Amino acid sequence: MTTTEIGSNEQYNFDIVRRFSFTAVLWGLIGMSIGVWIASELAWPFLNFDIPYITFSRFRPAHTTTVIFGFGGSALFATSYYIVQRTCQARLVSDFLANFTFWGWTAAIALADVSYMLGYTQSREYAEMEWPIDILVEVVWVAYMAVFIGTIMKRKQPHIYVANWFYLSFILATALLHTFNNLAIPISLFSMKSYSLFAGTQDAMTQWWYGHNAVGFFLTAAFLGMMYYFVPKQAGRPIYSYRLSIVHFWALSFLYMWVGAHHLHWTALPDWTSTLAATFSIMLLLPSWGGMINGIMTLSGAWDKLRTDPVMRFLIVALSFYGMSTFEGPLMALKDVNALSHYTDWTVGHVHSGALGWVAMVSFGSLYHMIPRIWNTKIWSEKLIGIHFWLATIGVLLYITAMWISGITQGLMWRAFDQYGNLQYSFVESVAAMHPLYMMRAIGGMFYVSGMLLMVINVMMTIRQGNNAPVQVPSGNLSVAGA
Amino acid sequence: MGWIYWFSSYEHTKPLALVILFVTFVGIVLYVYGNKKRGQKLESYKNIPFLDDDETNMREDKK
Repeated sequence: MTTTEIGSNEQYNFDIVRRFSFTAVLWGLIGMSIGVWIASELAWPFLNFDIPYITFSRFRPAHTTTVIFGFGGSALFATSYYIVQRTCQARLVSDFLANFTFWGWTAAIALADVSYMLGYTQSREYAEMEWPIDILVEVVWVAYMAVFIGTIMKRKQPHIYVANWFYLSFILATALLHTFNNLAIPISLFSMKSYSLFAGTQDAMTQWWYGHNAVGFFLTAAFLGMMYYFVPKQAGRPIYSYRLSIVHFWALSFLYMWVGAHHLHWTALPDWTSTLAATFSIMLLLPSWGGMINGIMTLSGAWDKLRTDPVMRFLIVALSFYGMSTFEGPLMALKDVNALSHYTDWTVGHVHSGALGWVAMVSFGSLYHMIPRIWNTKIWSEKLIGIHFWLATIGVLLYITAMWISGITQGLMWRAFDQYGNLQYSFVESVAAMHPLYMMRAIGGMFYVSGMLLMVINVMMTIRQGNNAPVQVPSGNLSVAGA
Repeated sequence: MGWIYWFSSYEHTKPLALVILFVTFVGIVLYVYGNKKRGQKLESYKNIPFLDDDETNMREDKK
């Protein structure tokens, strides 16, 4: 084992972390508010107001893009730039490129939202952006990759901490996914429209290879990177098992790539592809739960923090939702279960237990930990964090419970036959049966957005009281065990 | 070059891929857990997030 001396006066680029953190919170409020609006449109359709720009079909991609890429993406940029600098003890390799990623990414989200409301979409779920915006995202992503890898290459710490592995995996996989799923031929140079390079079943397979890996690498691997840094930091103790984190990383990265076809059970896709995806989905349970246990056990011996620290509560409950979603996912990937659950609200409930319970809550916890530090101050109100936690928890529970009941009811109604072999219910009867559950879902969303609003207020007040002086590493040399 | 056609059949490449990937996975697990001294070294990396704590730099009187 060797020892490396680390110069302690290194200045980090926290300006870019501040920008992304602030926009993450704002995008969160905007995206979740749109989500509540469209959930309310389903419960109370008059809310369409006959305005084409805000109908469900146009607002829905605006919601998903803003929460996944606006809120989630900006939170990932912020935390990855923070973590890579602090664990590599090196400043970002290029301030210019880092700033470019901020303006480019923010512009892409804004342009995407406006284009959806104007009716432009390439109709690929979670990849609705038309080709000019896709190209902008591609360029930004290459710049992001250059900044992240460049910073790792100039690190002073010999070992690359495992959180960075997860971020790197997310960056590389997203580059592949975005590129291949968006291969298309534009109608003309000055038209927003284009045709996909793929057709039929291949097109569907490419889309869901992208779609599920967006979940796997954008919404899981990257947020696990967040978890592997912020859970130990907030708990004040190192991760439970570093060796388990290594096995977790390799198993997760390998297994996720194969499971996309479980979105296409009982379709024209070859049966073996479907079976392969279901098998890998079941195997995914092992690394997912390994990671969850690793995160939760980090708190071993300090469980009292759950009672006293609302930030820790966010992080641990996020891990619990991660465990629950990654149990539910493989279950729904089984062909027989999928025959009932597919095309129903159960899927919507599953996605939101992952998105609201895992992704958003681990982001809230991480941002609450990080924001006071990068503004060199303390959080404005810890009490508000506690209230935010309960609003978010009640909101997500209302939401997913409504969607479980709704989804299973739909599935059962659609497959019910009468004594003559005819369908027992018309489709509209199943829609009418959903109405109270759609109201419950909208109310759950309102709880969640109320918490988000409190977070925006808390963050803005924290920023206001903070000074903008860059954080300095404490003086003295640091001895680091290295390879 | 006729041997290359062997790879064009799913009946060949699927079990081959399974063997390669399974052996790789077992190799990773053995690398991680197979040697006590290496295990201790790997576990020492878990302290990296605490090497540049800035807590002392926080302004305590801000609130």
